[in-house]
Formats: sequence, C-alpha cells, structure tokens
Amino acid sequence: MNRKTKEIFIKYLFLLFALVSIIVLGLIVFSLFREGLPLFSTVAVHDFLFGLEWYPTYDPPSFGIFPLIVGSLIVTAIATLISVPLGVLAAVYISEIAPQRVKEILKSAIELLAGLPSVVLGFFGMVIIAPWLQETFDLPTGLNIINASIILAVMAIPTISSISEDALYAVPREFKEASYALGATKFETIAKVIVPAALSGISTAIMLGMARAIGETMVVLMVAGGAAAIPESLFDSVRPMPASIAAEMGETPFRSAHYQALFATGIVLFLLTLAFNLIADYVSHRFRQTGSATL
Amino acid sequence: MKTSEAAGVRLMRRRYLKQTIFFTLVRASALLIVLALGGVLFHIFYHGISAISWEFITRPPTDSMTKGGILPAILGTIYLTVGAIAVGLPLGIASAIYLTEYAKQGRVIRLIKVGINCLAGVPSVVFGLFGLGFFVIFLGFGSSILSGSLTLGFLILPTIIGAAEEALKGVPQTFREASLSLGVSKWQTIYRIVLPNALPGILTGSILGIGRAAGETAPIMFTAAAYFTAKLPGSIFDEVMALPYHIYVLATAGTHIEATRPIQFGTVLVLVAVVLGIDLVAIVIRGYMRRNKRW
Repeated sequence: MNRKTKEIFIKYLFLLFALVSIIVLGLIVFSLFREGLPLFSTVAVHDFLFGLEWYPTYDPPSFGIFPLIVGSLIVTAIATLISVPLGVLAAVYISEIAPQRVKEILKSAIELLAGLPSVVLGFFGMVIIAPWLQETFDLPTGLNIINASIILAVMAIPTISSISEDALYAVPREFKEASYALGATKFETIAKVIVPAALSGISTAIMLGMARAIGETMVVLMVAGGAAAIPESLFDSVRPMPASIAAEMGETPFRSAHYQALFATGIVLFLLTLAFNLIADYVSHRFRQTGSATL
Repeated sequence: MKTSEAAGVRLMRRRYLKQTIFFTLVRASALLIVLALGGVLFHIFYHGISAISWEFITRPPTDSMTKGGILPAILGTIYLTVGAIAVGLPLGIASAIYLTEYAKQGRVIRLIKVGINCLAGVPSVVFGLFGLGFFVIFLGFGSSILSGSLTLGFLILPTIIGAAEEALKGVPQTFREASLSLGVSKWQTIYRIVLPNALPGILTGSILGIGRAAGETAPIMFTAAAYFTAKLPGSIFDEVMALPYHIYVLATAGTHIEATRPIQFGTVLVLVAVVLGIDLVAIVIRGYMRRNKRW
C-alpha cells in the first residue's frame, strides 16, 4: 500500500469511528422499536397515548400512559420554573459581575453539582426533603410533585447555567463598551444589551436543561411518589414515564404485553427528548451569533 | 433649571437602585446554588461518616444486607467504570480526531454533530432499555459486566468526544504546519505531534465523563446490576452489584428500610466520595494546566 492510499484508508477509518454516535442512535431506535412496537398489534396507539388508566398488571390489563406523560410534563415544567431564573442569574453573575476568585469557586461548585449522581440526589429528596415537607405542610406523603421538581431543578441548574454562561461570554466586547459609552449603568447594559444578544444561547441552555429534567430517572423514581393518576395539586404523587419504566421493568415477564408497553413508553420518552434536543440544536444554529454583524 | 436638575438626580438614583436590587438577586441566586450543594454534601457527610469503617469497605453484606460491608458493590462499580472507559475512550478520541483533523465544514460534519448532541440527550433510562434490548437480548450477552460496560461506554461517548475535540483544537495550528512542512504524512503528524500534545487535556476532560459512568443507576439496572451476589464476579459475563444500584435497593426495596439508614448513608457517602473525588482531580489538574500553558 503506498502512502497516499494508506492516508485515504486512515481517513475513512476515522470517519467510521465518527459515525459511531449516529450508529448507536440508530441502534437505540432499532432496539426500542423491536421490543416496543409489537404492543400496537393488540393496543391502539391512541388508547396507549391518551388512555387514562395505567393498570399493567390487572386482568385485563390497561395500558394508558397519559397520566405518566402528564406526570413527566408537570415535574419538568415546575423544575424549569425554578431552575431557569436561578441558573440564568447565576450565569450572569459568573460572566459579568463576580470577582475572579468567586467566579472560579462558583464554577467549580456548579460542576460538582452536575457531578452528583442522580441516585444520591434522589436519596437526599427521599430521606431529608420528604419528611420535612410532610411535617411542614402536614401532608400524607412528602414524596410528591413539588419535592421531585425541586430536586430536578437542582439537576437542571448546572446545564442551564454553564451553557448560558458560554453564551453570555461570547457577546462581543464592543457591545458592552458601546452601551457604557452611552451612559448606561451596568444593570442596563446586562438587561438590555448582553442578555438579549445571548438569548439564542440561553434558549438552547433552557431547552437542554428541560430535556435533562424530563429524562431524569432515579429522582422521579425515588421522590415523585409513584401514583399513576392525573394529579390535582402540587402535593400529589405522580409517576413520570422514566419512573414507570425503571420500577416495572424488573418485575415484568420477558416480552409480555406489559414489557412491550414499557419499551413503547421508552419510545415516547426518547422521541420527546429528541425533539427537545433538535429544537435546541436548531435554535443555536439558526440564530448563531458569529460577531456583531449578525445582530 | 433647579427642578430639572433634581429630577435628573432622582432618575439616576432610581436607575442605580434598580441595579442594586438586581445585583442582590443575582448574588442570592449564586449563593442559593452553593448552599444547595453544601447542604446536600453536609447531610451526606454528617449522617454517613459514622457508618464508614475498614470493615464497611472491605467486607460483603451479611444478614440479608442489613449488616456488613459493601465490598462487592465497590468492586462492581470499578469493573463497570473501567469497562465503560475501555469502550468510550478510544471511540471518543477517534471520533474527535475525525471531527477536528479530517472533516471539512459541511453536511457530513453537521450531521455527525447533531447525532452526538442527540446521543448526549438520550435519557439514562432509555440507555438502559437500549442495553437490555440490544446487548442483553439481541446479542445475547445477558445481564453482565459486558452489557453494562457497553451501555455506560456509549452513554459517556458524547462527553468524551466533546472533551477530546476541545483538547485537539487547543493544539496550535503551527505545530501541524511545522510537521507537515517537513514532509511528515498527515496521520503521522496526528499520531506523533497532535495527539501527545492533546492527551493531558483529553484525559482530564474525559474524567468528568468517567465520574458520570460511576454514578449512573438507570442504565445498569436492567443490564448489569444484581440485587445481591455473594460471590465476587469471575468473568465479564457475570452480574455484579454496584454502588448506585445498591443505594436504590437499600433505600426502597429492603425489608428493613428504616433500620438500615446508616448503611444507606454510608454507601451514599462512599459513592459521592468516589464520584466527586474523580471530578475534583479533573478540576484541579485542569486549573493547573490552564495556569501553566506551554503555548
């Protein structure tokens, strides 16, 4: 093999390695569909998605995952409401206000927070926050929507704040200088120049934080309470999709309808997070800021 | 004249008052995040430290997991993590080499990057389903160290690609040009010049992914983790206990949940020490490398 063909061969070898991520994505779809789709030969798609009753072990069983979808969406929504202000404000603090030392400490703290295993945060919610909630608000159980949302928010904050910070950091210096030159205060510069200029990056951060929250498993498994019903208050228990999959997969017979229904729930969850990720990717690319010229 | 001056002063005061309020909010957000991390770590340390002893980390559990140590879970986590590195690190580095050294901006690279982002967003429980459907069932590896390591390896792949890309991009272009101008082939330039210079950066970046592999629960629940095994694993086709799953089992499924709280906190403390220890090493090395840049 001469040198040129060898180089070309190596190039295509590396291309193959680079395609592994896409191949794995394909294999994920293949496995989910292979195990999950057979369900729909006995259960209609509409009944599955919008059915109000999740009684997988009854006779006859009922596989309606609507309460699970609602559970997932509601804990994600509340977690977003908590984590977005905190995460974005922390990012503003790090990139615009904090002195160098504080900035480094805070960045490390956020990184460590991101590193905490989900089972540890779930355990914390179960053992420390749940009893406290139960006593303070005199509830039948502290394992509920609000508890799960708080913990999910803690998990989403590092994603939101670190990506927002990158976006704020990328705002061209001249913008700030121009704003100060016009006599704007630091707050006015941040609120009216820097944050709007970084908005696409911040939106991406929020989308990715939400994707993280909606797919998080151990926290909702341990802390959300596990009731497969549409909740009526924030102190009710719910059973988000990941919790249902993780809790029931170990107990169900191989390739039973219940097993297939859990894989089908996985398909729904996968498509939902895929949508979040694709939107985030689209926003960050479509509105990518490549200098002062694009604004 | 006088009155308009007074109005001007009032306006300035109001503008600065707004700024003060905003800065306070921003600082409070940052503080709250640090407090959340501190609170979690404090509780875990405070309740967990009394359970830690030499016996606890060197003995297997006894009396149906109500007494004894957690040695099999520690070993299982080490095996799974090493396995995940063996899968994820070479693939990740190879992908990054293609993306930074070979690919030209265009459709292919864009597609690969979207694929990597989507893979990074796949929920951990969906990885678990993928591992179950593909490695355990389709390839017939059963619930084993092999299946778990492969699942975790693909889970951390996007993190490692990101870290490796960053490190490869950090190697100055002049290094490559100098090598190529001496008539060295592209592959040899990458292998002899670029890779050695990027390696410290690749490794520290990857450590963060490795910490994630050690702490994940949902991906190993159906692919590798055993509720309890008396013997230590003898081959890669054996099931293992693992720290995160052990915590989940003790906290939710044991017969003596309240009585084994100290053991639960102890296990959490060990897991957090392992994961955050790994992360902290990465953060410190990275800080050191940034301060002592050679180029």
